[in-house]
Amino acid sequence: MSLGTRQGTGALTSVASAPKAPLLARRRLRLYEPIQRRTYWLLAVISLCLVFALWAGLSYAGAVQNLFLPTPTQVWQAAVTESNTGILWPDIGASVLRIVLGFIISSAVAIPVGLLMGSYKVFEASLEPPIDFMRYTPAVAFIPLTLIWFGTSTTQKLVILFIAIFFQEVLLVMDNVKNVPVQFVDMAYTLGLSPAKVVRRVIFRSALPGIVDTLRISMGWGWTYLVVVELVGATNGLGFQIQQAERYLNTPEIILGIIIIGMLGLIFDFSFKAIYARAFPYMSRSAR
Amino acid sequence: MAATLVLKGVEKTFRSRKGTVQALHDINLTLEDGEFVSVVGASGCGKSTLLRIVAGLEPATAGELTLDGAPLLAAGKDRGMVFQQYTLYPWLSAQENVEFGLRHLPKKQRADEARRFLDVVGLLDFAGNYPFQLSGGMQQRVAIARALALQPSILLMDEPFGALDAQTRSLMQELLLSIWERDRLSVLFVTHDIDEAIFLADRICVLSTKPGRVREVIDVHLPRPRDFSQQMESEFLVLKQHVRGLIHDEAARNTGFARILR
Repeated sequence: MSLGTRQGTGALTSVASAPKAPLLARRRLRLYEPIQRRTYWLLAVISLCLVFALWAGLSYAGAVQNLFLPTPTQVWQAAVTESNTGILWPDIGASVLRIVLGFIISSAVAIPVGLLMGSYKVFEASLEPPIDFMRYTPAVAFIPLTLIWFGTSTTQKLVILFIAIFFQEVLLVMDNVKNVPVQFVDMAYTLGLSPAKVVRRVIFRSALPGIVDTLRISMGWGWTYLVVVELVGATNGLGFQIQQAERYLNTPEIILGIIIIGMLGLIFDFSFKAIYARAFPYMSRSAR
Repeated sequence: MAATLVLKGVEKTFRSRKGTVQALHDINLTLEDGEFVSVVGASGCGKSTLLRIVAGLEPATAGELTLDGAPLLAAGKDRGMVFQQYTLYPWLSAQENVEFGLRHLPKKQRADEARRFLDVVGLLDFAGNYPFQLSGGMQQRVAIARALALQPSILLMDEPFGALDAQTRSLMQELLLSIWERDRLSVLFVTHDIDEAIFLADRICVLSTKPGRVREVIDVHLPRPRDFSQQMESEFLVLKQHVRGLIHDEAARNTGFARILR
C-alpha cells in the first residue's frame, strides 16, 4: 500500500486516456525489466549486423582505400586461401591451446591463493603488496626478459600469460571471497563446522558464482595478452599470422585475424555465461 | 534435552583505534532448564552482542558462561542459532540446508532427520525448494528447522522474526511456542518488539543502554499455552506499559530524539 503510489498514478492516467495507455506503458523502458529471449538475441544480431554494414559500406563504396580497409569479400578470400594452404586452423589451434593452458595455470593458482587472502588477513597482508607491485608492472615489459630466459618456447608464452592474468585474477578472487555475507560464516560455526571446513564448504561455495565471473573476465585479459605475446617472438598462432600479414601489407589477413580473435572471445564469453546461468540459477535477478 | 545457562559478571568491551566502548557490563542471568527468556532493550544496548557471546561467536571480555556447568568457550552444536537475516545457504535446497549441520550422520539418517524437522515447521512439501523459491517467513521456518535438527539443549534467537511482516510474525510466534510447548527447550530470545517479548517468554530481561546492563528481570505470569488473543488482556497491557516505560526514555536519550521531541 505504501509503495503503491506511483503505480496508482499510472493507473489513473491510463483510465484518463483509455485505449492507448497500455501500449504507451509497454514502450517505456523500465529499469532492470527482463526482456524476452528472442528480443535479446534479435537486438544482439542487429547490433552486430550494423557494425558489419558500416564496414561493408565504407569499403565497398571506396570511402576508404582498400589497402587500408579491405572489403568483406577480400577478407573472405583471405580466409579461403589460408584455409586451403593449411595455416588457418593450426594457427587457431596454437592460440587456443596457449590461452587455455595459460588460463588454467593462472586460475589454478589464483583461486586457492585468493581464497586464502580473502579468508585470512595474514595472507592478505603478506601477499597483497608484492601482487600489487606485479600487477602494476606491465606484463609486456617482461617479454624481453622471458625471451632471454625461455627463448621463443611455449613456456615463455605461458609465463607472460601467467603474469598478465594471475596478478589481476587473484585480487578479484580475494574480493569475491570477502563479499561472502558474514552471517553465512557465523551460521556455519554454530552448525559445528571447523574453520577449515567453513572456508571450503561455505566461503568457497558462496563465492563461487563471483569466482566464475572473475574467470570469465580473466579470460578476456588472456586474449589481449596472447596476441601481444604472439606478435613478438612466435612462430605460429593468430598474433604471429597478423604480424606476418603486416609485413606484406596484407590487410585482408590482418582483419581476418582480428575477426577470428573477436569471435573466439565471444564464444568463450558466452560459454562462461551459459555455465554461470546453469550452475547458479539462484543468482539471477528474477530469483531474488 | 534442555539445559541451564548461567551468565556471571559478563562484560564486553570493544576496542578500536578510536578508543574503547563498553557494550555490556556485569550481566548476570540464569536460564533454567526449559525456560523461555526474552531479552529486550533499546537499539544499541548490546542485546545482540550478548547473544553472540552465548553462541560463541564473540568472546566475552570478562565473566563466566556455563551451560549445565560446562564453560562455554567456542561455538558449538549444543546451541542452535537463528539469525534475523536470512542465513539459508542459497545453493542448497531446504532439506540440504537442514542436513548441513548433520554431517556426522549417515546419509539416509541425515535425510530422515532433516525431513522430520521440516515437518515440524510444516514445510515437508517444500523440502526440494531452494531459498529463493521460498517466502521470507518460510525461509525462517527452515532456519528454525535447521537449528532444531542439531537437537541443541538451548535455542538462541536473534530477532528471528524482525524482517517479517506483522501477520507472518504473529504466526511464527505461535509456531515457535507450539514447538517449545512440545520440546521444552531452553530459549534465549532477543527482540526489540515488546509485545513479542512478553507474548513468548516466562521472563523478560530488560537491558539498559551504554553500557548494556540488566535493568530489570520481569516474570510473565500469563497462562500457557498462550494464544494471540491474550495480547489484548489487561495483564499483558500492564506489563507492556511497564517495559515500554523502561525502554522508551532511554531510547530517546541515546539516539538524539530527546532533544527534538520536547
